[in-house]
Amino acid sequence: MLREPLKVVALLTVLVGCIALNVVAKDAQPLADDPQLEERVMAVSRELRCLVCQNETLADSRADLAVDLRNQIREQMKAGKSDKEVVEFVTARYGDFVLYRPPIRPSTYLLWFGPFVLLLGALVFLFRYVRRRRELILETALTPTERRRAEDLLRSDSKRETA
Amino acid sequence: MTRYLIPLVLFIGLVVFLAIGLGRDPHEVPSPLINKPAPAFRLAQLKEPSKTFSPEEMRGKVWLLNVWASWCISCRDEHPLLLEYARSGAVPIYGLNYRDKREDALSWLGELGDPYVLSASDLDARVGMDYGVYGAPESYLIDRNGVIRFKQIGPITPDVWEKQILPLARELNKGTQ
Repeated sequence: MLREPLKVVALLTVLVGCIALNVVAKDAQPLADDPQLEERVMAVSRELRCLVCQNETLADSRADLAVDLRNQIREQMKAGKSDKEVVEFVTARYGDFVLYRPPIRPSTYLLWFGPFVLLLGALVFLFRYVRRRRELILETALTPTERRRAEDLLRSDSKRETA
Repeated sequence: MTRYLIPLVLFIGLVVFLAIGLGRDPHEVPSPLINKPAPAFRLAQLKEPSKTFSPEEMRGKVWLLNVWASWCISCRDEHPLLLEYARSGAVPIYGLNYRDKREDALSWLGELGDPYVLSASDLDARVGMDYGVYGAPESYLIDRNGVIRFKQIGPITPDVWEKQILPLARELNKGTQ
């Protein structure tokens, strides 16, 4: 019986808490008035890595840095910069590491062409291996003794079958 | 014998590569700003907001720009070392108070001590973005011509200070360009 008012108080606390939290909760990022621009911002952000949480794209990340960078990208696009210029802006500050598609240059040759070199190496190895094995299985004529043994074996086999 | 040795050697090679891969910190991304001019800025000073600070004023000096924030836990670890290095007077240390609240930053310095000649307030992190900051603390050693010569991502350790920052700073101070 005594518990009843307590419950009411608890419920009220939760309710007030919820309302308060609602007020505190951050507003959603204002979308650009221009959906086309927003689409461009997101397309570029999807190509860029968020450095705070490295396995997320700038588009997916909710880190402060990612939000700031998206705003920066939006601002620059509004100012008339092309996608390429915006990406250059980000890589000039954070390096090629932010690009999900690394550029082809001497330092990334191994990354881009390494797998093909490995594949080529494996093919050469396979080719040589097969050829060497083929050379091992040379057909040589049977010697008379071998022939006799083979015939004996065949005969004994067929006998067993008929028996 | 070689039939068994080849797979063994390959396996050891693989293990070595994996060990190297595990030992590296994926958060340490090479900065494209090394050997480039430090991006210009003019920001209000943390302690005296009526005054400003710009790297331009540091021309002719070798100095360290340390990015810090009161919310940054690693900065707290780094802090006693910075106090010690500041006292040694080897390199003047300037702070960039990054994405912080002014009151929090001031009470942090009041509580733990202030190793900085001064700190600039980068409250909206715009300057941090120009410097490619993505995790505090980060430190930049800047030479007399305003060129970034070294960047430490994460807290400065005694090892980094003695083996990299100090020798480089001495060398940069020697040449009169």
